[in-house]
Amino acid sequence: MGLEESLPSGILLSTVEKVAGYARKSSVWPATFGLACCAFELFSAGGPRHDLARFGMERASATPRQADLMIVAGRVSQKMAPVLRQIYDQMSEPKWVISMGVCASSGGMFNNYAIVQGVDHIVPVDIYLPGCPPRPEMLLDSILKLHDKIQNMKLGVNREKEITELEQARLRRLPLLASLRGTGTDQ
Amino acid sequence: MTETNQSGPPDEGDGAQAPDPAAIAGRERLSEQVVRTGMFGIQGTPDTSGYGGLKVRKPPPLSSPRPYGSYFDEIADTLAGSLERSGANFGDAIERVVADRDELTFHVRRSSLVQVARQLRDDPALAFEICTGVSGVHYPLDEGRELHAVYHFLSITHNRRLRLEVSAPDADPHIPSLVDVYPADDWHERETWDFFGIIFDGHPALTRIEMPDDWKGHPQRKDYPLGGIPVEYRGATIPPPDERRSYE
Amino acid sequence: MSTSADQADTAEGRVYNVAGEDWDEVVGAAAEEAERLGEERLVINMGPQHPSTHGVLRLVLTLDGETVSELRPIVGYLHTGIEKNLEYRTWTQGVTFVTRADYLMPIYNETAYCLGVERLLGIADRIPERANVIRVLMMELNRISSHLGGIGPLGLELGASTVFIYGMREREKVLDLFELITGLRMNHAFIRPGGVSQDLPSGAIEKLREFLGVMPGKLAELRSLFDAAPVFHARTKGVSYLDLAGCMAFGVTGPMLRSTGLPWDLRKSQPYCGYETYDFDVPTATSCDAYGRYIIRMDEINQSLRIIEQCVDRLSAKRPAHDPVMIEDAKIGWPARLALGPDGLGPAPDHIAHIMGQSMEALIHHFKLVTEGFRVPAGQVYAAIESPRGELGCHVVSEGGTRPFRVHLRDPSFNHLQALPAMAEGGLVADVIPAIASIDPVLGGVDR
Repeated sequence: MGLEESLPSGILLSTVEKVAGYARKSSVWPATFGLACCAFELFSAGGPRHDLARFGMERASATPRQADLMIVAGRVSQKMAPVLRQIYDQMSEPKWVISMGVCASSGGMFNNYAIVQGVDHIVPVDIYLPGCPPRPEMLLDSILKLHDKIQNMKLGVNREKEITELEQARLRRLPLLASLRGTGTDQ
Repeated sequence: MTETNQSGPPDEGDGAQAPDPAAIAGRERLSEQVVRTGMFGIQGTPDTSGYGGLKVRKPPPLSSPRPYGSYFDEIADTLAGSLERSGANFGDAIERVVADRDELTFHVRRSSLVQVARQLRDDPALAFEICTGVSGVHYPLDEGRELHAVYHFLSITHNRRLRLEVSAPDADPHIPSLVDVYPADDWHERETWDFFGIIFDGHPALTRIEMPDDWKGHPQRKDYPLGGIPVEYRGATIPPPDERRSYE
Repeated sequence: MSTSADQADTAEGRVYNVAGEDWDEVVGAAAEEAERLGEERLVINMGPQHPSTHGVLRLVLTLDGETVSELRPIVGYLHTGIEKNLEYRTWTQGVTFVTRADYLMPIYNETAYCLGVERLLGIADRIPERANVIRVLMMELNRISSHLGGIGPLGLELGASTVFIYGMREREKVLDLFELITGLRMNHAFIRPGGVSQDLPSGAIEKLREFLGVMPGKLAELRSLFDAAPVFHARTKGVSYLDLAGCMAFGVTGPMLRSTGLPWDLRKSQPYCGYETYDFDVPTATSCDAYGRYIIRMDEINQSLRIIEQCVDRLSAKRPAHDPVMIEDAKIGWPARLALGPDGLGPAPDHIAHIMGQSMEALIHHFKLVTEGFRVPAGQVYAAIESPRGELGCHVVSEGGTRPFRVHLRDPSFNHLQALPAMAEGGLVADVIPAIASIDPVLGGVDR
C-alpha cells in the first residue's frame, strides 16, 4: 500500500506503527449505515450529551469513499445485504466494521427468513456490540475498544506475522459443542 | 329482506315441536372438520394429561342475525339500496354479515367486490372515503376459500368503520383489484401478493414490494416455514422458534 | 436484465456490481422519452444508503435538468418478518416484536396491538384507570420524542445542523423519562395486554414536573430557529403540496391530512384509553405544504405537554388503597411484579413467597401464563390509534389459541410514501428532501 508497508521490522517500523495508529484512531470518519432502531441511538451518540465529536468522529461521511468505519446499526434484511456489501467494498483501506446491536451481530430476536443472521456473513467485523438497542454509552465503549485496536495495529512485515499467528491459533481452537469435536481441527 | 343466513334451522315439517337449537348447533358442529386434538398441543412425547381424546372442531361460518346493532343496520340497508339502484343484489354480492366485538364485516363475493367498493365510496349516505389498506390472511383449513383479503374502510363524514373480506381458493388465487376505486390500495395489494400469492386482477404493476424481486415463495402463508436457523450456545443448540416444543 | 451481480477482479480483490432488477429498463425508457421529446433525461438512484432519506428508502428519480419528471420509491430494505414471527409467540411476547416495527414510536405500536388483543378478549372496559392514564402519558411522551426525531433530521437535511442538535438534546430529556419509567430508552415492551407492566417508580412524578417546567422554554428556543427563517420558508412553503382529495385518495391521515385543513384526529373522533376526558386542541393548517406540516408538528408537541400535565395531575392525586396497573383477572393479567433487589431488577420477593408458599392457584396461574400464555377467543379486530404519523391500525386475527393467528400492522408511513410521487414529481430535486421530511416516514414501520 504505502511506504510504511515496506519498512523492515525494527524500531523504525514500531515507531511508524505508533504514529500511524495514533493518527488513524484520532480521526475515524464513520460511514453511518443506520438502518433501524440502532440508528437513533447512533444519532444520540452524535448528539450533545454523548458526544462523538470529542473523538474526532462527528464528521460522518455519507459517502463510503471517504469513510473509515462502517457502523452497521440495525437489522440487515435479505434485500439490503448486497447493498451492504457494495458499500463495504466502496470503502478504501484501512477500514473497520462495528456491528452495532444484536440484529447486526447475530440476527437478534429475528431468527427468520427475512434477516441475515449476523453481518459477519457478509463483511468482516472488528467489534460486535450487543444490545437492543445498545445505549450510546455502550457504543462509545465499543468505539474506544476499536480505537485501542487501531492504535495497536501492526504494519508491514509485523502484520503478516501477526496474521499468521492468529490464523494458527484459530485453527487450533476447539469448537464449542462437544458433539462437533471430531478430529478437533476441522471447522 | 335479502340477507343470507347459512345457519338457519332446517325445515323439519310443519307443526310438531320446534327443533331444539342446541341439538342443531351440536349437529352442525360435529359435521365440521377437526382442527386440534388433545388439550395441550403436545407432539411426540405421550400426553399424560388425560385430555388426549379431546377433538376441537372448526366453528361453522355463521352470519349474525338482524338487528346488528349501532350503525351497522344503517350501513347494510343503505348498501342494499345502493346496490339495487345500480342493478345488483345485496344477497348475491354479500355472502355473510358478521357483527362481532363492535365491528361490522361483510364477506363479499370476489366478482362483486369492485361494485360494492364503488358504492361505498360514492354513495353520500355511506361515504367511506378512505380505504386504510388490504391485508391477507391464509386459512389453510378452509377448503376452497383459503386466501382471504381483508379491506378496512373509514368514513370521515359519518365517523364509521367497516371491514370487507373476500376469499379465493388456493387453486385460483385471483381477486379483482381496487386500485381504480381506492388508489391507496396500490402498495397494499402488492404487499398482499408478495406475502400470500393473491393475484389482484387489474392492478397496474403487481410486483414484489417487501421481499427481493427474485424471491421464490410467499412468506406469510402458513405452509412457508419461518426460516430460522438453530442457535448455538455453549453446550447446546436451540432450534428455531417454529421447531421448538411449545405449550399451546 | 441481470438477476445476479456481475463481478470483476480488480487489484483490491473481487468487486460485485449490484444492479436492480429493471434498472436497464428504466434507463432505456428514459432514454426513449428523451429522444422523443428532444430533451435530456437522467436517471438517478438515491440509494438505500443515503443521509437524507430517513432510513433505508430507495428512490429512482428521472430528471429533466433539475426537475423531477418521475419518482419511484422502492421499499422493503428493512423487511423483518415481524408479522410472521408473531404467529410463533404468545400474545404477551408479541409486544416485544410489535414494538420494533416503527422504532420512533414504540409505545404506539404496543398500544395498537394491545388494544386489539384486549378487544378480542372483551376486557377493553376493565383495564384499570391508572393503567389508562399511564398509557396516555407514555403515548404523549412518545409523540414528543417522535416529532423531535422528525424535526431534527429535517433540519439536518436542509443544512441546519443546530436544529438537529437541539432536537436531539430535547429528545434526550424524553428518553431519560422513558428510562426512568420503563427501564429502556427505546423498544420498551411496557404496554401489555391488560394494562402496563409496572407502576411509575418513586421520583417519576417529580421528574415529570421538572420536565414540564423546562420543556416549553427549550421548544421556544428550537422554534425560534425555524419558524420565521426566510431560508426555511423558501425551502418548505409551497413544497410537496397534497390537497384533501389527494389525501383521501391515498389514505393519508395524521399531520399530512391536518395540513389540508381537516381537523381529523382519532383521539377526538374515536377516542381510546380515556382520551375523551382530556382537554387538548388539534392543530391544523391550510397550506397543504411542508411548512404547514412542520408548524402542526411543533404545535402538537405543545398540546402533548398539556395532556402530560393533566396526566401527571391525575397520577399524583390521592390514590385509593388498591390501585392496580394490570387487570386483576388472574387468567390474563401478567402476574409478576418487579422490584429492585441487591442484584438488580427482578421478581418481587413477596410475589415469589406468595406463589411458592401461600397460594397454589397463584403458582398455577403464573406457570400457565408464562409457558402457555392466555387464550384469546376466536375472531378478528381492527384497532386504530392516532400515532404521530397518522392512523396506526392493528388487524388482529385469533383462532382461539394462545398464539396470534395473524397480526397485520397498518402503518401510516406505508400509505404516505405511496403519495410521495404525487407530491414530488414536477418539482425540483432539492424539493424531494423536504417532501420526504414532511412525510416523516419511518422505514421500520413501512417494511415491518
